[in-house]
Amino acid sequence: MNTVPIVHFLYLSIMLFGIGLFGVLVRKNAISVLMGVELMLNAVNINFLTFAKYWNWSSLTGTVFVVFVITIAAAEAAVALAIVISIYRSLRSANVDEAHYLKG
Amino acid sequence: MIANSWLIPVLPALAFAVIAIFTHRFRALSALLSIGTMLVCFLISCGILLETLAKAPADRTVSIPFTWLQIPPWTANVGVLIDPLSVNMLLVVTLVSLLVQIYSWGYMHDDERFATYYSYLSLFTSSMLILVVSTNYLQIFVGWELVGLCSYLLIGFWYFKPEAAEACKKAFIVNRVGDMGFLMGVITIGMYFQTFDFAQVQDLVTKGIASGAFDKSSHYIAGIAILLFCGAVGKSAQFPLHVWLPDAMEGPTPVSALIHAATMVAAGVYMVARTFTLFSADPLSMTVVAYCGGFTAFFAASIAITQDDIKRILAYSTLSQLGYMIMALGVGGYTSGMFHLTTHACFKALLFLGAGSVIHGVHGQDIWKMGGLWNKMKITAATFLVANLAISGIPPFAGFFSKDAILDAVKESAIPGHEILYYTALFTAFLTAFYMFRLFFVVFTGKPRDHHAYEHAHESPVTMWGPLVLLAGLSICVGWLNWPGLDYYSKFVYFGEPHLEGGASSFGQLLTQAWSSLLVAILGITLSALFYWKPVFSADKVATTFRPIFLLLKNKYYVDEFYGWMVKKFVFGFATVCTWFDDNIVDDGMVDGSGWVTQKMGNLLRLTQTGYVQNYALVIFGAVAVIYLMVSF
Repeated sequence: MNTVPIVHFLYLSIMLFGIGLFGVLVRKNAISVLMGVELMLNAVNINFLTFAKYWNWSSLTGTVFVVFVITIAAAEAAVALAIVISIYRSLRSANVDEAHYLKG
Repeated sequence: MIANSWLIPVLPALAFAVIAIFTHRFRALSALLSIGTMLVCFLISCGILLETLAKAPADRTVSIPFTWLQIPPWTANVGVLIDPLSVNMLLVVTLVSLLVQIYSWGYMHDDERFATYYSYLSLFTSSMLILVVSTNYLQIFVGWELVGLCSYLLIGFWYFKPEAAEACKKAFIVNRVGDMGFLMGVITIGMYFQTFDFAQVQDLVTKGIASGAFDKSSHYIAGIAILLFCGAVGKSAQFPLHVWLPDAMEGPTPVSALIHAATMVAAGVYMVARTFTLFSADPLSMTVVAYCGGFTAFFAASIAITQDDIKRILAYSTLSQLGYMIMALGVGGYTSGMFHLTTHACFKALLFLGAGSVIHGVHGQDIWKMGGLWNKMKITAATFLVANLAISGIPPFAGFFSKDAILDAVKESAIPGHEILYYTALFTAFLTAFYMFRLFFVVFTGKPRDHHAYEHAHESPVTMWGPLVLLAGLSICVGWLNWPGLDYYSKFVYFGEPHLEGGASSFGQLLTQAWSSLLVAILGITLSALFYWKPVFSADKVATTFRPIFLLLKNKYYVDEFYGWMVKKFVFGFATVCTWFDDNIVDDGMVDGSGWVTQKMGNLLRLTQTGYVQNYALVIFGAVAVIYLMVSF
């Protein structure tokens, strides 16, 4: 394990984050957007774990934080899916561009 | 008594409140309440006089201040200042107010708003007393404005008469002009001396003069004094702000006697005397005061000759006598000015109340509809004659002593051109005797001109002639306070050092010294008798011969017309410019403009609210990126 340099983990994380961001900004389906968000969260999780490992493995801060993020992400996914369902019911579509009633 | 002196202004104020809130439905109760409190005030004033007289001259000033506001470095006090000057005014105000209130019982008895009238009188007296006992410039300004308000209320008491409604507005507005100067003077005093207290300012001025700290050439003190004097010009109706007083005669006659003859209009004189150190610090301010007074004295007396309305003649006479007082102050004869104020309060109140009695009898104010009233109204006529002799300066009536003291002060003064002032004053004395006896002869002697009015005329009830007789007694005796050789008054009310006017040591000596003023008075009376009593000359003929002059005087030198023209031309012109500015710049430009700008800005900002959730996400990401860049470089 020690032979893998830290930057490889960071490359992985940044690629994951980029893909997630791309999904959030570009995809029109609300479910895909949410999936993009999940990717971004997990990219962050990888970052946390990487730095925890390479800096101070005995400190639990980074690891515990990841557990928190996973928990909150689950709750967030539940709420977000509920909103998506509610939007789908009123618009008959899950396209985020169609939900633009707050246009100024 | 002095410890309780704060009651004097407070009691009438309470009477006003009680009448206005509780007893205004009960006419007699309200009037008795007002008269009763005034009687108590008069008695307290008498007590204060006795107590003050018992003290040594150096200890006669007692000041009882209460702190009202503290705004460092200034402290605003309200309080009571008892010294010979204010004791003098307290007695004059409470006595005249008491007599006028008793008189009003008869004069106003048929008026619907009898109780309201008495509440106003109480309020006025309270305000005047606040002014009189004030310890500092702020308090005197409060009293000053309050008497102005009461004057407004009482001139416009019969507000349903258009003339009265206009007159009260005019009085208020003209006074505003003077009061602005007064307020500016008070503010300047606060800035320059860091205090408003009379005694402290007096102290600082005296010290400043002694140490040479005041730069005479900049006339700073004179500027303050002249600003204060603007207030006196307004309140005491001196030229050029005299125009309101003759019109103020639209109010009830007892009000004219109290406010516009004896007390309020004397407030200006009192204020100048109270702050005499400021005025005498610089010859410039003294000269301004003296010439303003001297000119008004002559100016008003010349108008009085041609007027037809009994009250207006008296109003111009008041202007002229106030001019005398102001002139006396200007030449440094403070004691003689205050003495004339005191005697004038007695005989001018008597004249107005007498005129009220005549108006009550014949229901009219035009002297050419009266005549021969001596037979019908003996008491009124006799007391009127006493007042006439007093104002003309015939010994031993009150006016002789005070007027002669003023003439003497003018003659011996050091201000430039005092000879001109002296001869003007002397000529004014002649005019005074002439127009006062013209009034007397036309109204009380000869044949009745309007038979209907004559038949109707009757002597007034005792509540009216009682005060007349009392005032007549005073008009004879008050002058004796300064009987030559005794000089009680000059030894009591003095400024700096006691200055015995005239310096005559016996009555005979005074008569020989005062031969010139006596001569002009007798000349005036004789000439008046030859015109109006036993007509040797015809007044109409003189009027037609000197028609331009007659018209000039009859129309009061066209001052009102000039002011009217000036207001129309300049004030209205300026108002038109202001309206244009308001409509176009303020309304269209600034008010509508700010709305327009906000609307357009809103339209621009709307563009950012796309409603597309991914736009917002992009902005959030972009913002985070920008913050990251800013933090890392």
